[in-house]
Amino acid sequence: MITYIIRRLFAGVGLLLIVSMVVFAIFFLIPRLAGTDADGLAARYIGKSPTPEAIAAVKERLNLDEPITVQYGEFVKGLVVGTEYDSGTDVIECSAPCFGYSFKTGTEVWPQLIDRLPVTASLAVGAAVIWLVAGVSIGVLSALRRGTALDRAAMMVALAGVSLPIFFTGLVSLAVFSYYWGIFPPGGSFTPFTENPIAWAHGLVLPWVTLAFLYAAMYARLTRAGMLDTMGEDFIRTARAKGLPERTVIGKHALRSALTPIITIFGLDFGLMLGGAVLTESTFSLPGLGKYAVDAIRGNDLPVVLGVTMFTAVFVVIANLIVDLLYAWVDPRVRVGA
Amino acid sequence: MSKKWLGLAAATTSAAMLLTSCGGGGDGGGGTEAEFDAGTTSIVNPSDEQGGTLKFAHSDQFDSLDPGNTYYAANWSFTRFYARSLVTYAQQPGEEGLELVPDLAEDLGEVSDDGLTWTYTLKEGLKFEDGTPITAEDVKYAVARSNFAPDIINKGPVYFSQLLDAGDYEGPYEDEDLDNFTGIETPDERTIEFKLKEPFSEFDYVAAMPQTSPVPADADTGDQYQTQVVSNGPYKFESEWTPGKTLNLVRNEEYDPETDPLTRNRPDKIEVAFKQEENDRDNRLMSGDLHMDVAGLGLEAAARGKILRDENLKAQADNPQTGFKLYFAINPNVEPFDDKACREAVLYGADKTAMQAAWGGEVGGDIATNMLPPSTPGFTEIDPYGTPEHKGDPDKVAESLEACGQEDGFDTKISYRSDRDKEKKAAEALQQALAEYGINAELKGYEAGTYTSEQAGSPAFVEKEELGIMAYGWGSDWPSGYGFFQQIVHGDSIKGAGNSNLSELDDPEINELLDEAAVTDDPAQREEMYAEVDALAMDSATLLPYLDQKALLFRPENVTNVFFGESFKMYDYSAMGLAQ
Repeated sequence: MITYIIRRLFAGVGLLLIVSMVVFAIFFLIPRLAGTDADGLAARYIGKSPTPEAIAAVKERLNLDEPITVQYGEFVKGLVVGTEYDSGTDVIECSAPCFGYSFKTGTEVWPQLIDRLPVTASLAVGAAVIWLVAGVSIGVLSALRRGTALDRAAMMVALAGVSLPIFFTGLVSLAVFSYYWGIFPPGGSFTPFTENPIAWAHGLVLPWVTLAFLYAAMYARLTRAGMLDTMGEDFIRTARAKGLPERTVIGKHALRSALTPIITIFGLDFGLMLGGAVLTESTFSLPGLGKYAVDAIRGNDLPVVLGVTMFTAVFVVIANLIVDLLYAWVDPRVRVGA
Repeated sequence: MSKKWLGLAAATTSAAMLLTSCGGGGDGGGGTEAEFDAGTTSIVNPSDEQGGTLKFAHSDQFDSLDPGNTYYAANWSFTRFYARSLVTYAQQPGEEGLELVPDLAEDLGEVSDDGLTWTYTLKEGLKFEDGTPITAEDVKYAVARSNFAPDIINKGPVYFSQLLDAGDYEGPYEDEDLDNFTGIETPDERTIEFKLKEPFSEFDYVAAMPQTSPVPADADTGDQYQTQVVSNGPYKFESEWTPGKTLNLVRNEEYDPETDPLTRNRPDKIEVAFKQEENDRDNRLMSGDLHMDVAGLGLEAAARGKILRDENLKAQADNPQTGFKLYFAINPNVEPFDDKACREAVLYGADKTAMQAAWGGEVGGDIATNMLPPSTPGFTEIDPYGTPEHKGDPDKVAESLEACGQEDGFDTKISYRSDRDKEKKAAEALQQALAEYGINAELKGYEAGTYTSEQAGSPAFVEKEELGIMAYGWGSDWPSGYGFFQQIVHGDSIKGAGNSNLSELDDPEINELLDEAAVTDDPAQREEMYAEVDALAMDSATLLPYLDQKALLFRPENVTNVFFGESFKMYDYSAMGLAQ
């Protein structure tokens, strides 16, 4: 088991290195292949009217004339041992893991990531609880009441949830519940949990429900399909034949088995979401990691894009590992390392 | 001569403002009832009431809150809350808002006989937020850091480094001895003498930039200064600001309104939320929960439609020209545009009504026939490539094509910013119009963030990719022909990257006229020169102006003293208050 975890951790580090190389290449190599030179890259970091003097100065400050391998090496070095930046009047210590320094906003990337993590985590955890409880319950009920009005209604709502984009449901919910009825605060409202838990939850109800609506719909459909499959299995018939109560048959045997693929997907979804629920954060103007990433991409702010991508990749790798370990607990048929 | 004219304007403006401020809560100062477009030319909801929190939202964020390191009109307008400059613009609607008034300085600049020294004297009793007196040295330091340290502070304009006779000065971060900065002399604590390489008659406009707002050297933190700017205006940062987080400004107790030509202290508190989703922002504006969109670029399509259909909402909207000229630049270094007649074929073939439709019709802009924006002093309307109803002239196109030996038309490329939907549609409109004459244009979209730095703004890239026609837009750094034209038609402004002179126009006559205007004292004479530059630029057939952009702006009912400021081409934030 421990060997397995260590092996997976090493694989995760290797994956992160590959991710960083790919993102680095996208932002440094592709513009060059498209005809942009170091001057053009430097001009990205300067204001509306870059002078030749400013371009030369920025090229030197950011090492843009260095070969890409050297620049990538600097980035990895910053991650491992940290680095330093000149603010003009002071030297800014960027200690490890130094995810870089945004020359667009004049801020270190790592503190910005940490600062935004509570917003994204609050959004992801709340929404995940809602969608798991609602999605799985509806899916189970639909499967058990297959073909009834309840099943059809639930699947219709699920279809709507899957089909409607978040920026639509989000804006409609804001218009109705925030501006028309005034029940919930407008977009851009986030109060940290530690400051006021009630205001925290109140401000997040609309984003939670909007995000959970999409995922609950998917999970309901997945659970329903899984349950229908499992309910036809031999071991369910055996359980029933042994005279077990129906609640035990469904809860202990059928649901456990049907949950395996749900947990796999949940691990990936949740890991990705910790890296930023891009559409929800943008629609509700929440200052989370997703919004940070989108703004960085729009602004060609490479260190930030690189930082958020690496951060997200870490979550996905960890979530996958946890999911794999959870398999054994949820489904006795699965054995780690088997 | 120039000085007298500007002085008279300042006196008139000050008198008008005095009358306004004495008018109590009445309808003084050209105040008017809320009706559509009323705020474009008059003060809507005038009131002297103080108090409340004025809430702004930004769909993105300021390039920097550091007054020395910013280049957007919205920022320049907003910094007036905490960073006063030597000179500023009058707080008046309409043309009067273009006039300069002394702010930290006692008067507008006094120019020496040889035109090489501009002198300003600081008012008495000026203080930073910590109570420290403001000195001439603080202004000198502010200009030094903002213009002479391009590796650290490089987001703002660099007019001072271009104009001042500073030798090889390397900026205060490389060279800590400010005495080595010879571009500015400070003979005493209140006198600032700018030493120019060449005379420059519009220097007062440069002194009106936020870069002349004093910075105490010991409080400077380089590119981190934006997190805690030391205020000299009516408001100060409540605490250290983190980029991206909500900015809160509170009253600066050391500010003395008696020293201020503007009334810019009505709200108790000012709040700016950044990165706000645009449609959500518009809904909040209409619900009154939010008071102002600080970027001032106008409402999104969804809100525009709603407002224009609803008479009550429409009465709270204004539709002014933004001072932004939308045009296509034609590059004569790309074949077949080396032949003027081929360029003329494009100018005669364009259907400007279709391009106007691409920008949302008349609400989106007025059809333009020349480069100089209409609100610029000295503007004269000309239409050298006029066509019936602006829809194109087939006969003229045929003549031009024949003259350039391309009777059957030719192939070319039109570039645009792919993430600017209206610009893309305008490019498509031009493509369709030209196709009727056999001019087949391939559309090439590039992202806005790199368009000027790497594609259209890189002459090497333009030639390599053969971008014959390039969509662009331009607004002036200050309200004069020089402020508008210098970067886009003067040969000296052509750069290898980040070039805004997309036509690579380098006409000696135009260059000479702009250079001469720069040393001409008489504003009327300068205006004639700019009109001439406009005519020459149009005559080069390298510029196809098609729209004077307009924005649909919204003013919630609870905001007082709302008017469109012609100086920054958006609502004048400094005057605003809240109905109590």
